[in-house]
Parts: sequence; C-alpha cells; structure tokens
Amino acid sequence: MSKPIIATTSLAGCFGCHMSLLDIDERILELIELVEFNKSPIDDIKEFTKQCDIGLIEGGCCNSENVHVLKDFRKNCKILISFGECALMGGLPAFRNGIPIKECLDEAYLNGPTVVNSNPDKILPNDDEIPMMLDKVYPCHEVVKIDYFLPGCPPRADLIWDALVAILTGNELKLPYEVVKFD
Amino acid sequence: MTKKITIEPVTRVEGHGKVTIYLDDNGNVVQSRLHIVEFRGFERFVQGRPYWEAPVLVQRLCGICPVSHHLAAAKAMDVIVGAGTGDGLTLTGEKMRRLMHYGQIFQSHVLHFFHLASPDLLFGIDADPAIRNIIGVAMKFKDIAVQGVMMRKFGQEIIEVTAGKKIHGTGAIPGGINKNLSIEERDRFLYGPDPMNVDKMISWSLDAVNFFKDYHKKHRELIDTFAAFPSNHLSLVRKDGAMDLYDGVIRAIDTDGKKILHDVDPQDYLKYIAEEVKNWSYMKFPYLVEYGKKDGWYRVGPLARLNTADFIPSPLAQKEFEEFKAYTNGKPNNMSMHMHWARLIETLHAAEMMKELLNDPDLQKDDLVIKGTRVNEGVGMLEAPRGTLFHHYRVNENDQITMANLIVSTTNNNEPMNIAVRCVADSMISGQKEITEGMLNAVEVAIRAYDPCLSCATHALGKMPLEVSLYDSKNNLIDKKRT
Ligand code: SF4
Repeated sequence: MSKPIIATTSLAGCFGCHMSLLDIDERILELIELVEFNKSPIDDIKEFTKQCDIGLIEGGCCNSENVHVLKDFRKNCKILISFGECALMGGLPAFRNGIPIKECLDEAYLNGPTVVNSNPDKILPNDDEIPMMLDKVYPCHEVVKIDYFLPGCPPRADLIWDALVAILTGNELKLPYEVVKFD
Repeated sequence: MTKKITIEPVTRVEGHGKVTIYLDDNGNVVQSRLHIVEFRGFERFVQGRPYWEAPVLVQRLCGICPVSHHLAAAKAMDVIVGAGTGDGLTLTGEKMRRLMHYGQIFQSHVLHFFHLASPDLLFGIDADPAIRNIIGVAMKFKDIAVQGVMMRKFGQEIIEVTAGKKIHGTGAIPGGINKNLSIEERDRFLYGPDPMNVDKMISWSLDAVNFFKDYHKKHRELIDTFAAFPSNHLSLVRKDGAMDLYDGVIRAIDTDGKKILHDVDPQDYLKYIAEEVKNWSYMKFPYLVEYGKKDGWYRVGPLARLNTADFIPSPLAQKEFEEFKAYTNGKPNNMSMHMHWARLIETLHAAEMMKELLNDPDLQKDDLVIKGTRVNEGVGMLEAPRGTLFHHYRVNENDQITMANLIVSTTNNNEPMNIAVRCVADSMISGQKEITEGMLNAVEVAIRAYDPCLSCATHALGKMPLEVSLYDSKNNLIDKKRT
C-alpha cells in the first residue's frame, strides 16, 4: 500500500504552527517514514504533483494570493485541517479588521518616526507586482470547507502529532485536557 | 449568513519573494528588484492596546524567531516602566532573558544550517530539488538529520523553561521575568543523558563549524566570489567592543573597517537611522541618515556582527573568530557566502553562553522584577538571529500604546539582498535570452545566504519561493520561471 500523502502551507500566519510541527522532534523521522510529503514549505515542493490525503493549513486569508492557495488546497486534499488560531479565527493579523487599510499603510509608510522625514513624495507600495489585500483577514472556514480544527497559538506539538496519527491510523482522536490549549 | 469576498483575477502564485529583471536593447541588465509582497499593518493595529501586551503580541509576527520580538518589546517596556535599559534589571531577570535569547539563537541558526543549508552542501547546489531538502537528508544522511533535530530540540527546550512555551512564550514582562530556573530544570541541560546536554551541543556545534571549513576548502571559488560586494556593516556590540547578542550600543563600520557609527545609545536611534519607501515593495529600505539613501545602507546579521565586533567573549568561538578574521587579514569580510561560516561560529558561541549561564547560581534567585518611574517612550534593541532588531513604542497616560515602530532584521538587509540579486543578474543573466534553471538557483542561493525571515518579511521556511521575470527594453516579458 502506498503511503498517505501530506501537504502543508502557511497563509497569513507567522510560521509558528509549522515550527510547532517540527517540535515533534525525533518523531519527525518517524513521520517521514509513515507519510509522503507533497507541496509544503518544509520540502520545497511548490506545486501539487498529486492528489493528497491531508492538507494542513496555517494562517487565515489576508490577500488574494492566500485565497487562491487555500482553494487550491481544497481541490487537491481529501481532508483539510486548520491548525492554529490564525487559520481558525484570523489570529493576530485579524487585529486589522475594523481598521481601514489606508490607515495601516499610512502609519507604516508615511507617519512612522523613521519615515516621516524621509518619504517627502509620500510613496506607498502600489506596484503591479505586489498582490491585492483583502478588505479584512478571513478565517479559512469562511473561504472553503474545513474538516478539522486544531486550536492553539501554536497548537502544541503533541496535539498535532496525535491528530495526524489518529487520522492516519483511522482511530478516534483522543484529546486529553493537557494538549488542548487556546493561546 | 454568507460573507462576500472580492477576489480580483488571480494569476499569482504562492510567491512571497519575487524578482523582476529588466534588460536594455543589448540584453544588458538595467534593473533588478526583489519584491516583498506581505503587509500586516502591525504599527497601526497595536495602537490602543495596553503596553504590557506588546511582548506577547508582537512575537506573533514571526514564529521562527518569536523570542527576539518578545525580548525586544520587553526591553522597550523596561524603559517605559522605569527599569532602565540593558543592565538595569535584576541579575536573575537579565540572565534568564539572556538564556532564553541564546537558546533562540542556537535553535534558529541550527534550523538554518541543517534544514536549509545542509541539503545544498550535501547533495550539491544543482542536485534534484526532489531530494535536495531536509527530508532527503533524513533519508540519506540520517546521522546529520538526527543531529539537527536534537540540536534544535535542545534550543527549543531552553526556550520552554525560560519563556514557559517553546513558541510564543510569556517569560519576559516589563521590568523583568516571571520565573527563575529550578535546579532540576538546570540539571537536565547540564547533565542530561547523551545527546541532550550542553557539552554535547558544544561539541556538535564545533563539528558543524569544521564541516563548513572543510566544504570551503573544497569549493573556495564558489564560497569566496559568489555575490561578494562591498558594504557597510551594522550591529550592536557590548560597550567594550565584544560581541553581545542581547544588549549593547550601535556600531557601524564601512567596507574598509572604518567606524561610521561610534557605539551610540539605542535610545537615540532616530538620530542615525531612517527608512526609504519604494512603491514596489512592502519592505522599507533603512539607511544611515548621515550617509544618505544612496550610500547609507548597511548589512546586518552574522557576517556583519563578526565584522563589527572586536572579539567574542567565549573561548572556543573566539578561536574560530580569529581564524575567520585572519582569512581577510583583519579587514571586514564582504563575501555573502561567508555568512554561513559566521552563523556557525555564532552557533558555537550561543552553546558556550548557554553553558556559562546554566552554571550561574543567579538563575536560582527570586528577585525577578524591577519597577521605577514610568515614562512615555522606549526603544528596545537586540541582535536577532538574522540581525539587528529595533522596537520603539510610545505610550499614553492610560497605558495604551500610541505609536509602534519596528525595523526587523530582514528589513535591514533589504538593500543588500537587492544588491546580491543584481550581482548575480549582472554576472549570469546579462546578454542572455532565456533564464536557465541554473541562473534561477543562483539568484536564490544569493538571497538565501541572508536567511531572509521568512515570516517577518516573507513566508516560506528558509526556501523562499521565488518567481523571476525577465523583461526586454520595451517592457515585454521574455521569460519567467519559478522555483
Ligand atoms: S496561530 Fe499563532 S503560531 Fe500559528 S501562525 Fe498564527 S500566530 Fe503563528
């Protein structure tokens, strides 16, 4: 039987959830025996080369590119898991929801103390080469159907490991109190 | 309730780093740009939050080096609560934070070397990307992979006992720290079963330095000439000129080693540093005010730190430092690929510092926090794994943040990364009609030497996905390739 295939991505996240996945430490060597990785920043495969069994999503959607990637994951993965607060609820980047994006840009590029005197032409990043921001940051399940949610910022390594093992072995996921955290 | 999301035509790929190159009629490069396409709006949305939240909030910009943001924000808040700068804290407060920070430097440098750089070195830069990655290393060179995994684990566990959590901890608070180190915690790191003890970490770090030196001997041409260019260098140093990654004064030198910023106080950074905004990147371009936008840019990070520091205050790393210095006859080292060498010497230094701190009885004392007269403004700076990190906040009488300004390490390296791209474009792409895989990889190798983070400024884990577009003089796209 061929190995189950996993893909992962980081949308508007901080990469902490991926780091937490690496925090399974020695078990990472077990994991790569058990599964095959496809599109993932961990292995540098940039495009799906086959249909995957599990897709792990870190981060919500803050720009058009995130939405595009998330939809691509839904299309290519049987099971999609949102892992971490950003994917579940938008997380820290969603602090900007409710603030006009113009104010965020002005603060960063016009008003900040290290730009206020050095940007006389009031330049803002607006080149065609950089992607459009969405009006706000969206959690993943508002964009596509998500099958499982792992809370935490980031979810603890043990939780990620237990969840993957449960799904891979078809067993019920046991969630002892100690591994489920919401910070 | 349904929500509507507006998406304009999406042709864009998951490229957070993007390079464009323009050619003239003769096919010579006239312009090359590294675009950074991520924007968060942190400076604005943190306004109104209570100041003590900053150390736990800001770190969520970056899960790869969260401790750096956690500590830089805490250091700014030290100033605001009147606990002073750097050495103003209690010995336990300062040393617990230092232990946390060196744990962070260690794990982050290890991650870069083993998970990112080692595949290129072990398989060759032009090997099949399908195996040229950490999973390939784990399959083929299991010992090395195990070493990388265990070293990173050690650093992460040091962070866990000092910050409370491996990622996004809460240890540093305005004016100090919220826990000390118990004897049991300490002994686990000092005398843990092989390989999980600090002596093993030191010896493995030394192995890694030797591995690189060996590689350098065999590939001198590549390592010495690739994307080498003169630049200024900037970092914090201890007041006596020693390397210090947690606290110090700001020093900058020019490409010949002449001091151009004379060990100034971080609280005064605004006098010396400004940023330029360009419309084609979300990442700003910092420069030294005195030298202007054109000549005032500088490099930060391991290479810059080894160039600015007079010595390293730990014996094994100092020995390696002397060898590193001798290679350029004591002059600043301007070779991009020597960043790897410098990074590994720092890894060794971090391991030695962890040992020194673990043996320090101050870590078991109970005096954790200091408070003084509250002021309204503070700057916190430190040397993050990737370079100098600036945090600056203003607070109102209701304890709310009214202004936040961050210059992250990778932003400091914005211009140098653009120059590195230009070097490769000039030497390999000028006069070509088509981009080959090799050229593309060369551009990436140049950028990746700076270990651009990834999340602070871009996204991907080490290997930033890149898209390179080549335009002719009439703005027609000639070729485009992605990794
Ligand atoms: S959930 Fe937390 S750790 Fe994960 S991406 Fe978001 S901020 Fe980072």
